[in-house]
Amino acid sequence: MAAPAQKQDPTEARLEGLTLPDGAAWAREAREAALGRVRAMGLPTRRDEYWRYTDPATLTQAAAPRAAVFKPTDEVPLFQGVDRLKVVFIDGVFSPEKSDDLAMAGLEIDRLQDALAKDIHWAKDLYGTRETAGQDPVARPLAALNTAFATDGIVIRATGKAEKPVELIYLHRDETSDAILHHLVRVEPGAEVTVLEVGPAAARFNKCMEIDVADTGAFHHVRAQGRDHERRAVTHMFARVGKEALYKSFTTTANGVMTRNEHVIEIAGDRATAHVAGAALGDGHYGKFHHDDTVFITHDAVDCESRQVFKKVLRNGAEGVFQGKILVKEGAQKTDGYQISQSLLLDDDSSFQAKPELEIYADDVICSHGSTTGAIDETALFYLRSRGVPTDEATDLLTLAFLAEAIDEIADEALREDVAARLREWLERRRRG
Amino acid sequence: MLDIKGLAVKLEEEDKQILKGVDLSVEAGSVHAIMGPNGSGKSTLSYVLSGRDGYEVTGGSALLEGEDLLDMDPEERAAAGLFLAFQYPVEIPGVGNMTFLRTAMNAQRKARGEEEISAGDFLKLIRAKAKELKIDADMLKRPVNVGFSGGEKKRNEILQMAMLEPKMCILDETDSGLDVDAMKLVSEGVNALRDAGRGFLVITHYQRLLDHIAPDVVHIMADGRIVKSGGPELALEVEKNGYADILTEVA
Repeated sequence: MAAPAQKQDPTEARLEGLTLPDGAAWAREAREAALGRVRAMGLPTRRDEYWRYTDPATLTQAAAPRAAVFKPTDEVPLFQGVDRLKVVFIDGVFSPEKSDDLAMAGLEIDRLQDALAKDIHWAKDLYGTRETAGQDPVARPLAALNTAFATDGIVIRATGKAEKPVELIYLHRDETSDAILHHLVRVEPGAEVTVLEVGPAAARFNKCMEIDVADTGAFHHVRAQGRDHERRAVTHMFARVGKEALYKSFTTTANGVMTRNEHVIEIAGDRATAHVAGAALGDGHYGKFHHDDTVFITHDAVDCESRQVFKKVLRNGAEGVFQGKILVKEGAQKTDGYQISQSLLLDDDSSFQAKPELEIYADDVICSHGSTTGAIDETALFYLRSRGVPTDEATDLLTLAFLAEAIDEIADEALREDVAARLREWLERRRRG
Repeated sequence: MLDIKGLAVKLEEEDKQILKGVDLSVEAGSVHAIMGPNGSGKSTLSYVLSGRDGYEVTGGSALLEGEDLLDMDPEERAAAGLFLAFQYPVEIPGVGNMTFLRTAMNAQRKARGEEEISAGDFLKLIRAKAKELKIDADMLKRPVNVGFSGGEKKRNEILQMAMLEPKMCILDETDSGLDVDAMKLVSEGVNALRDAGRGFLVITHYQRLLDHIAPDVVHIMADGRIVKSGGPELALEVEKNGYADILTEVA
């Protein structure tokens, strides 16, 4: 099947400058199949229902729009106090010099292209598999584009409890860099791993992570998208969660012209848990800010729990979007699904659009969703001021309080404290001007 | 300490005059009580003095140690030494009680050009003050006033007062919603703060709070004015005969 006629030319224009990387026969096959999916779907446009609130034009155009490199001089790297294995990418290219040895007890780590060059590798079962499954019922062409053309990435197989987190550090140095990274994470039964992601990555960043959490495995993900004001990013997390397994992901975002973060999670084993959370701080003062969280969680097993907690604080014309869906399949009884998306608008220029969806085909489930948009609580603000706290500081305090429910989704205390402290510092720095 | 002259205030949103010329002076070291029927303007007076939105001052003045209160933002009034114990303390989910108090304390110190209090000193101080008010560690850690009982909220107000050490304290119906034991605790907290350099304005409906916090002067407020002032015996008279007699007498 070919894409609609009006999508063919723009799609081919984007594909023109890209070449399918080499690899083993199976990898080549997976990439060609992905390219076929891109051509069949066509790249998204504003007219697509799934892109109604976010214009994908700059994400799909042939060349990456220029993005200045932001150089905060007074900022220490996040998670510095946490013992972790560092994997560094500069403008989407793995840097062996800056990275630690890719070795840790309980983990097998390879560079994506090394794994994809081997005739026999566990990555074969995962590369493109979750992404393909995630194309139904909603097309995600930018993820297929990623599978076809990803030039770098990391593949992690957890065979035991990893002794420390793996941190993917994305440095941005080149104003025109256009990075496509693809990561794989396979968590074996009973194994556990934490993956951290930090940094702006590139002028334009297309990232895909496919995660397979086997029965009783646990996957933790904490991400801080970089502060570069002009960067653009489209990211996909495709996960399958097995029996009694745990999937937990948290993202914080401050700044960025354009961010679209998608989570596509299939809860496939009984008594499994999936939590996805996000805390975004958008300030249009530094340039346009548009942030879109799009989540699709499918319950296909019994007695499972899923939770989506997304909070956004928007000011100076910043735009926030939330599209969240819970699909409970026939037979997925005793499902406990919870979804909340809230925005705090600090002025009249900012906007938030939310599309919460529930689709339920089982009769013994508890599913709830809520979405709110509001201004700062004037009563609380006055209470703080009456105790001597100036308006801007009081606003920051209430802002952090508003984000707290999302930040509390981070299971590890040290990581949680670090993220909370970072958000506090950002606000303080902003206040000082 | 606090000098109010001819203070006239209307609602910002509608043409309704609430205060119609309030004259009141609270000297340092003294406790003044304001009593009055519902709708007399008692709470409005406390809000206007603390700088809450929604009111328009149409005449008169309010000075704190000679400084024009009405010209200051709420946070400036606090730093200048004014404290309002709220009738309905506000719940702030997500902000820890300790963080709240330390932020407030340091903001006031900063505004006055003083050193910030260290984390260690703050902890020592708050533990000591909390103990006096029977506020446990759990209450200090919880979000501000969230899930607090009526009595706990009022004790928390007094804890803030004790920590911030204001010069002029206004207590707006602090007795409302308190049982006898809580009233005693709150009153003891207030009495412990009585000091030659500090003034108190206690707004209440009932005489019973004044059994615990003995006032030097009692004012009766009605229809936006102080209509009668006297000694503690005035409160007893209200308790016995209600406001009707007094209002008829001054009419």
